Amino acid sequence: MIRFLDVHKSYRVDGREIPALQPFNLDIRDGEVFGIIGHSGAGKSTLIRLINLLERPSGGRILIGDTDMTALPEPALRAQRRRIGMIFQHFNLLSSQTVADNVAFPLRLAGERDAAKIRARVDELLARVGLTEHAGKYPSQLSGGQKQRVGIARALANRPEILLCDEATSALDPQTTASVLDLLAAINRELKLTIVLITHEMDVVRRICDRVAVLDAGRIVESGTVADVFLHPQHATTRRFVDEALPEEAATAQAPNMTGRVLRLTFRGAATLQPVLSRVMREHGVDFNLLAGRIDRIKELPYGQLTLALEGANTDAALAALRAAGIEIEEMGA
Amino acid sequence: MTASPLQSLFPNIDDWGELGHACIDTLLMLGGSLALTVLIGLPLGVLLYLTGKGQLRAMPKFYGIVSLLVNVLRSVPFIILMIVLMPVTYALVGTKLGVRGAIPPLVIGAAPFFARLVETALREVQQGVIEAAQAMGASTWQVVRHVLLPEARGGLAAGITVTAIALVGYTAMGGAIGSGGLGDLAYRYGYLSYKSDYMLVTVVLLVVLVQLLQMMGDRIVARYKRH
Ligand SMILES: Nc1ncnc2c1ncn2[C@@H]1O[C@H](COP(=O)(O)OP(=O)(O)OP(=O)(O)O)[C@@H](O)[C@H]1O
Ligand SMILES: [Mg+2]
Repeated sequence: MIRFLDVHKSYRVDGREIPALQPFNLDIRDGEVFGIIGHSGAGKSTLIRLINLLERPSGGRILIGDTDMTALPEPALRAQRRRIGMIFQHFNLLSSQTVADNVAFPLRLAGERDAAKIRARVDELLARVGLTEHAGKYPSQLSGGQKQRVGIARALANRPEILLCDEATSALDPQTTASVLDLLAAINRELKLTIVLITHEMDVVRRICDRVAVLDAGRIVESGTVADVFLHPQHATTRRFVDEALPEEAATAQAPNMTGRVLRLTFRGAATLQPVLSRVMREHGVDFNLLAGRIDRIKELPYGQLTLALEGANTDAALAALRAAGIEIEEMGA
Repeated sequence: MTASPLQSLFPNIDDWGELGHACIDTLLMLGGSLALTVLIGLPLGVLLYLTGKGQLRAMPKFYGIVSLLVNVLRSVPFIILMIVLMPVTYALVGTKLGVRGAIPPLVIGAAPFFARLVETALREVQQGVIEAAQAMGASTWQVVRHVLLPEARGGLAAGITVTAIALVGYTAMGGAIGSGGLGDLAYRYGYLSYKSDYMLVTVVLLVVLVQLLQMMGDRIVARYKRH
């Protein structure tokens, strides 16, 4: 568990304290993928860098398990940092070293001298990220996606319990992003390590996170499971992020000249895959007009979200039946 | 005695052995002072880098003092530095003359210059790479040894080249006040005795030396730049 207790952070700029993060509390559970989403300058990097104390908090405590990171002397802090891997938006690989030497770097830093052991571990890691045949290349000879895979292999070298990802896919195209996210999800599943990732894209959160916190101007304005936050965003900033991820839907739902009651139905899990809607509408003699909709997944959870305009005498009874079938319903206002 | 082509071309140069000796003296002064300059300037440059504003071991006051000292040494013209340092030179190597006498002022003149070049080269290293190493638990020494120096090696090689070439110029100047070498020949025969062929030959040799250094340096830098 990573636990922030009354943590806040301000930067000293020209003798003045500029707040970057307002006091907050946050728990990140073992083995989960925790997302932090926010616009540029919201304080995401500051927050994630507090975890391995690349940034010292101005106040409050940061606990990893039972260890108070903020109280550690320098050598103990360095030992702790070896148990926390980190990957970066711009990869930050050593340009003067080969792929294999980049991956071996944290092992050597940790004092491993046995060349055979280093080799074996590097081979294993490169196989894990699918770069075995690139071991002898230099970073400048790799694509962005390959560089990030080297970054991931390097971050995993010392078998960390936590992996921090600072905008790990922001410099990559959509397809490469998807494959890097799949790799991160597989690592989380198979190695059971905790992943904390920050991003400005809701789609990244939707694909691999279990829980998410929304950061707005140094404040956590919303947090919860990704399904809850994504399907029922409360804060304006969150809504904007969700709309960015679903642009066409945001546009149609605002279409004028709609008659009847406009509702948004949310199906989660098994309900998504069953013909509940047509059955209930037929039984209650209600007509519906489909305004917008999508069926997709949040991590492994299938969900559907439909915006409907209902017309008919029996709409209330129909809605009650839908609710009984586990479908979430929101009135969208006339 | 039939005149060899060399003799007819350079009628005033009657002792080619002396010229060869001067060449070797210049190379010795260059080699010795360059090695010591790197040995002293590299740690000094690392120190300047580390203690600079916003760096790993920022110490503004300390940095200010070292920086001032470096600037003072850099702004004194070499020929004056050499004269001012004569007592120090004598105390260090027991003579003010010859190759040995030239090396202390050469090193004291060039090391601060090289240290600045080192500092600049290290500043070119991406902050993110340093941060990545810190995130892996690297100590400051490990960052210097395994990140800063290897990542900056292209810039460092370029700095050594520039310093070597500056040292060639310094050794030639030193010749005027008794340190021997090609500068000494050019000054004594070429300038004081109006034997312009001496001047020409020494200048050509110095130009060749500088060219060779530059080419070697460029080669090394290019090899490092490829990655
Ligand atoms: N070292 C620093 N010194 C002074 N101010 C800083 C420093 N680092 C960050 N800040 C400020 O703190 C605030 C939060 O910065 P942070 O880098 O955490 O944002 P971010 O959410 O990661 O943004 P981005 O998406 O652009 O990376 C910003 O206003 C930034 O200007
Ligand atoms: Mg950032």
